[in-house]
Amino acid sequence: MNIFRSQVLVCGGTGCTSSGSTELFDEFEKHLEANDLQNEVKLVRTGCFGLCALGPVVIVYPEGAFYSMVKKEDVKEIVEEHLLKGRIVQRLLYDESVHENTDEIKSLNEVDFYKKQQRIALRNCGVINPENIEEYIARDGYEALGKVLTEMKPQEVIDVIKDSGLRGRGGGGFSTGLKWQFAANSVSDVKYVCCNADEGDPGAFMDRSILEGDPHAVIEAMAIAGYAIGANQGYIYVRAEYPIAVQRLRIAIGQAREYGLLGKNIFESGFDFDLDIRLGAGAFVCGEETALMTSIEGRRGEPRPRPPFPAVKGLFGEPTILNNVETYANIPRIILKGADWFSSIGTEKSKGTKVFALGGKINNTGLVEVPMGTTMREIIEDIGGGIPGGKKFKAAQTGGPSGGCIPAELIDTPIDYDSLTAIGSMMGSGGLIVMDEDNCMVDIAKFFLEFTVDESCGKCTPCRIGTKRLLEILTKITDGNGTMEDLDRLEELANTIKSGSLCGLGQTAPNPVLSTLKYFRDEYVAHIKDKVCPAHVCKGLAKFVIDPDKCRGCSLCAKQCPVSAISGEVKSPFTIDTDKCIKCGACIEKCPFKAISKQ
Amino acid sequence: MKSLAELKAIRERVQNQMELRSDDTDKTRIVVGMATCGIAAGARPVLNEFMQEIDKRNLSGVSVSQTGCIGMCRFEPIVEVFRPGEEKVTYIKMTPDKVAKVVTEHIVNGRPVSEYTIGAAEGGK
Repeated sequence: MNIFRSQVLVCGGTGCTSSGSTELFDEFEKHLEANDLQNEVKLVRTGCFGLCALGPVVIVYPEGAFYSMVKKEDVKEIVEEHLLKGRIVQRLLYDESVHENTDEIKSLNEVDFYKKQQRIALRNCGVINPENIEEYIARDGYEALGKVLTEMKPQEVIDVIKDSGLRGRGGGGFSTGLKWQFAANSVSDVKYVCCNADEGDPGAFMDRSILEGDPHAVIEAMAIAGYAIGANQGYIYVRAEYPIAVQRLRIAIGQAREYGLLGKNIFESGFDFDLDIRLGAGAFVCGEETALMTSIEGRRGEPRPRPPFPAVKGLFGEPTILNNVETYANIPRIILKGADWFSSIGTEKSKGTKVFALGGKINNTGLVEVPMGTTMREIIEDIGGGIPGGKKFKAAQTGGPSGGCIPAELIDTPIDYDSLTAIGSMMGSGGLIVMDEDNCMVDIAKFFLEFTVDESCGKCTPCRIGTKRLLEILTKITDGNGTMEDLDRLEELANTIKSGSLCGLGQTAPNPVLSTLKYFRDEYVAHIKDKVCPAHVCKGLAKFVIDPDKCRGCSLCAKQCPVSAISGEVKSPFTIDTDKCIKCGACIEKCPFKAISKQ
Repeated sequence: MKSLAELKAIRERVQNQMELRSDDTDKTRIVVGMATCGIAAGARPVLNEFMQEIDKRNLSGVSVSQTGCIGMCRFEPIVEVFRPGEEKVTYIKMTPDKVAKVVTEHIVNGRPVSEYTIGAAEGGK
């Protein structure tokens, strides 16, 4: 019997894997066998379902039961109750997926988290087993490649991509079709197709999830790109820090070769194409296109000036196109459903959808894909489920260390390339970090600067020294030693770095500083003039105080203090010597009466 | 891969196996009572037989699942068939031999096998 009455989908994305889904999978295998169900129930390890906050996630079909935060101990119950006896384990169901009154299970599209999403790049994530090429084929996989090779001329392919209005999803937002056109126009016997999977923004995991959940979409798209520009070799540059993605890519490439979808004479069209993986060591600068190609060539990953652009002189000096993972994941759908379909989604200048990795102070941490033009409010409140603990939304950070923040008053801004740039942020690759009233914006700017200082490759002076100086000024401010002149210096230096740096890393590194200065200048001023951090984050400005009314004089805090800054007599209120205090916070945790607070 | 036809063959073969994962609700559902009473009365071979029949005929849009005790243990094994837009039909005292007929007549052609239904049993009392 090769048809199963029930299928159990266990999420094998990074989020769920780190919360234990591999053990769950093994446990399911064990219990299915113990109950002699292995021939009736199919166990499938999929990519990311998107709702990482609720992981590990398990979905059981045909009922569509959405089990969240499943533990190893729960597996026996699911197998014996649900799979053997047909009784759904109500207590493990995700609340939102059940109708309030009837207890009936909703279809996934009715769940708030999925309702407003439109999945193109993520369409197979969480649906197919990424390690099985046939499941990808069953979802129209490689149909686009077949169509292109048997029915279309290379120029027709490029025209479709151009007409679709697809723009690069890695951050820059350059027209993908134009990029392909330039490379196709370059005359050379050898050309290359590269995929940028060097996702480095803190908090971003879109490309990772696509590679883990649907690696064939990227492979198929790269072969299409190869045909369009006349290349026979592709490279996927992925960081070694993504072991699951790398492993699934390897399996996928192996299967594609086995099925003759990579290699010689694909679809008997005479077109040859093959792919190789190149592992990066995780340097942020290698996400920059020229640095990435230098790294593939086996040299130190440093950018070089453009022009010449990669489409003219790229990898190994040959014409090359380099697209991001998510950009590629859109290509097969565009070929199959047409440019008109794709360009009907989104806004006037930003077509299609965008995947965001939702993180920070948000209930539904995870992966979402929405049409361009969706507002920040819809993403945060409707899909993301709002901010935990009833706290107030303060700002959202998009684009990681290259981006800026969007303050609460601009929460209704529709998200597309141009409107984000207009308010001083950028689309970036899609990291979206939500911040509430407990976040200090100066501290956030400092955090991103620390990142860019670490990651600057050091080739050009504005970036190497400039970002370091920016960080020093920010540290001075958060330590309480800033002056108002520092603010002007910050702005001047930031603008110099922007205009003087060689590559995108330096050109965008000051964005977090500039945008927080623009929207949260009062917080900077409070740090400088009032010597106060309004969010009580910056340690240098914090003051620990014992409330004499609450203190019972138990002396626990004094014993805990590592620098003996607390003194007093037993049974009468203690005091903290602020000159000695190193603001470690150890006393707060120890006090049984909650008498100590940070101000 | 030689041709689009070859690709299509793989697609259609695997699509059937994956169809279970779709969220559309207009599927025919065959529900087998699999509580203690049902299992004791022989529900499992019935369920397996349904699976095999569906596989043999390459039927799509049909799912087989189990349910708990319906409360009429003396009629077990009980099988309920839900076709979209139609009333539920309840078959009682099912055996593997009866399955093929239910699948051809009811699932494929839409004519419930009335002699196996609970209505026939109650009426014939």
